[in-house]
Amino acid sequence: MANTPNAAAPAELAWSPRALLRRMRDADEIAHLVTLIAAATLLLITVLLVYQLWILSAESRHRFGWSFLVTRTWDPVAGEFGALPFVFGTLVTSAVALALAVPLGVGAAIFLAELAPPKLSSSLTFVSDLLAAVPSVIYGLLGVFLLVPVMRTTIQPALKKTLGFLPLFQGPAYGIGFLTAGIVLAVMIVPFVLSVSREVLLAVPRDQREAALALGATKWESTWKVVVPAARIGIFGSVFLALARALGETMAVTMVIGNNPKIAASLFSPGYSIAAVLANEFSEATGNLYLSALIELGLVLFLLTFVLNGLARLLILVTTARGSGVLPS
Amino acid sequence: MRIVKTFSVLAVLLALATIAVAQGGQILLNAAGATFPYPMYSKWFDEYHKIHSNVQINYQSIGSGGGIRQLLDKTVDFGASDGPMNDDQLKQATVPILHFPTVLGADVPSYNLPGVSAELNFTPEALGGIFLGKITKWNDPAITSVNPGVKLPSEDIVVVHRSDGSGTTYIWTDYLSKISPEWQQKVGKATSVNWPVGLGGKGNEGVAGLVQQTPNSLGYVELIYAIQNKIAYGQVKNSSGVFVKADLASVSAAAAAASKFMPDDFRVSITNAEGKAAYPISSFTWLLIPAKFTDTAKRDVVKDFLNWMMTQGQQDCEALSYAKLPKEVVALEMKAIAKIQ
Amino acid sequence: MSARMIWRKAVNVTMLSLTGLCALITVSALFFILGYLLWNGGKDLSWSFFTRLPAPVGELGGGMANAILGTLKLLLLAALFGVPIGLLGGVYLAEFGGRIMPFLVRYTADLLNGVPSIVIGIFAYAMVVMRMHHFSTLAGGVALAIMVIPTVLRNTESFLRDVPSAWREGSFALGANKWRMIATVVLPAAARGILTGVLLALARVAGETAPLLFTAFGNRYWSPGWMQPTSSLPVVIYTYATGPYEDWHRQAWAAGLVLLGLVLAINILVRAFLSRGTAHERL
Repeated sequence: MANTPNAAAPAELAWSPRALLRRMRDADEIAHLVTLIAAATLLLITVLLVYQLWILSAESRHRFGWSFLVTRTWDPVAGEFGALPFVFGTLVTSAVALALAVPLGVGAAIFLAELAPPKLSSSLTFVSDLLAAVPSVIYGLLGVFLLVPVMRTTIQPALKKTLGFLPLFQGPAYGIGFLTAGIVLAVMIVPFVLSVSREVLLAVPRDQREAALALGATKWESTWKVVVPAARIGIFGSVFLALARALGETMAVTMVIGNNPKIAASLFSPGYSIAAVLANEFSEATGNLYLSALIELGLVLFLLTFVLNGLARLLILVTTARGSGVLPS
Repeated sequence: MRIVKTFSVLAVLLALATIAVAQGGQILLNAAGATFPYPMYSKWFDEYHKIHSNVQINYQSIGSGGGIRQLLDKTVDFGASDGPMNDDQLKQATVPILHFPTVLGADVPSYNLPGVSAELNFTPEALGGIFLGKITKWNDPAITSVNPGVKLPSEDIVVVHRSDGSGTTYIWTDYLSKISPEWQQKVGKATSVNWPVGLGGKGNEGVAGLVQQTPNSLGYVELIYAIQNKIAYGQVKNSSGVFVKADLASVSAAAAAASKFMPDDFRVSITNAEGKAAYPISSFTWLLIPAKFTDTAKRDVVKDFLNWMMTQGQQDCEALSYAKLPKEVVALEMKAIAKIQ
Repeated sequence: MSARMIWRKAVNVTMLSLTGLCALITVSALFFILGYLLWNGGKDLSWSFFTRLPAPVGELGGGMANAILGTLKLLLLAALFGVPIGLLGGVYLAEFGGRIMPFLVRYTADLLNGVPSIVIGIFAYAMVVMRMHHFSTLAGGVALAIMVIPTVLRNTESFLRDVPSAWREGSFALGANKWRMIATVVLPAAARGILTGVLLALARVAGETAPLLFTAFGNRYWSPGWMQPTSSLPVVIYTYATGPYEDWHRQAWAAGLVLLGLVLAINILVRAFLSRGTAHERL
């Protein structure tokens, strides 16, 4: 569309219908350009973000190389920095969260998609969406004052008594630590698992259910053996999406994880996550290497969520025809 | 579209409110750093604001490490720290940075032991062992032997330390480095270290909060935080072998010895000080002031504030359990104020 | 009935009720959170909480007036910077676009949407705070705006796409050109949905703490203008909740209640009223 205004056009034609039309086309060009700039701004921001993380972490990347990812020490005095305890803490808390949230979220999604009458289903989904809107710091607040004491006095001793033979449930019950952080995270990500799973379940064609029921299957059998398998990939997608959320969650985790870069078998043990160490130490790291190591942690976190988000969206896209629709944010 | 209108009206009102708050002639200073003297600074900046209503000093207690970093990044007008800046850090600064001692405080071993009301005694060896992770039970002989008559539980000690860059940590690790060669070699002293054991809390506030909420815990906080929050804290054996409780007198005693050898730049450590009455984990805390201000109004406020703080401000110290600066130190500092340009 | 049939029926009933239980647990979490905050925070909400500045550390009383205003100012900036870019970008995706660009933009928007908020905070620190040598409301607003853009952009796009193409064609047939068609036909038709998306995006960032820690920072006093550090509700809740003072804890609960009330109110109002009658009942 290279319809640049023709400078040679006679002046009296400026008011003719054709010239008017052309001028309006130019306005189209301007509108196109303006919206394009807006869209490009988004690209620019993202590119800048990656660029900044990359440049500012240079010192640490050069010093430690790949060993950054597998080093256990985080010693600001000696200037030795390794990401392993933080990556470990991030993965463990997220795993705990998924172990709790996936059955709960998928179960609830099955109920909402398959069993509940439409009105009940939509109002319960509404509540679940509200739950997703509760700010992270509020979960942290409840975590610190409500969950931590209950964990310390009731849940952790009970787990120790019943499952204490497993290394997962040994050691002193501090109340704070991997398990508590995982539980808080679980509550936070259930709504994501729920709403996406519900959507992919609803996308399974009606006739598949009816066929199963007509063959004499019970409601549960038709759901579990026909509908859920058909939506399987999309449900995996919802899990990845929730995982990406859990990995980057900051405040609630910082408040209950114990903030100690430690790798331990026990879920009772205090730990640290990437996001939490950034929240705690970023504005106060003295020394360039220290700061650049923290930014490299940020880069690691960014890459982790980047990969997971990509996977999640791909999986959901595969299962829902309406894949281009709005995903929960 | 009515909603859009409502929102625009709200937005305009908000903008107006903001402008209304921004009165003319105000001098706003931003400072950040140590949490150790935060209650004192908060009080001082508040008092100073009452006298000079056009001056607001916004102090954020993000930790000493943060005070140093943000000062070097020039995002604040001045910083505050309980650990003096080291030579490397001073070299990074584009403008020379001056240390001004403000008050004296103490790190205390504070604990939460349900059922134990007695005041505990700690030896340097016990503290070193606990923070190295070698002493793990409350009824370890290293603790029970100096606490006769106290029934200590056979529970795990929950060690609590700072998670952020902290001067309180600097003082604590400076002390542990002096009394335990193993600590010095393995961990060292700094505003953030690689802790062998324990839970991390952010700020003195965070550690005090954690100790308070966690039974069988032991942490270190600045004295005022233990007092204000009614957390028990123990006596510590000093270099003369006497168990001393942290208070105004014992902290001042630690400072008295040191103030005679005060270096020109005021960077001095008084942990494990000589003297029978001296509390061994005491320290000065410093304001970190750039020697050159581009904004002369800010410079004048800083100088006037320092002047006020050395004289009038010192009167408020003891109510908050910080020890006043020794007279000799005040005299030296008054001279140093002239260096700020 | 055979034993097998009875077994199958029993499994059916058990599993179905279990899924119901899952739904019940999930949903009741919200009411529990709300109730607990009301119980703990409600009694400490007073007039002075909304009108006064914080007291010096360790002293009783004071309020959070500056934090409330700070949060509102940050949201205003986030909307000011974030909404136009998101909106226009969304128009681009739905109405213009070529081959590679829309794919790139969509993909990047989803990616940016998933970036942890703490990383956005680092970015805003590097871009704004380090360059201007000042913590400021502006820096916080920029951080929040970056989080608003992708959501608004994707929402706008999807609501624009829901506008029937017949309307567009009709408008063209009447001789309108493209930008006029977009401005007078498509955008008004999707306005309700777009506004919903904008408000929900703002509600989401209203509760964000992590990106503000080292951008908006904190302030004991009012923060005049846009270039000074400012207090904000989420950061104050974090500081107060992790601190040792009883009075801080009580105020943290009260502030938590205010923040949650604000966020939920926007969500409920928007979802209940604005999204009525649009193609997407859920956002």
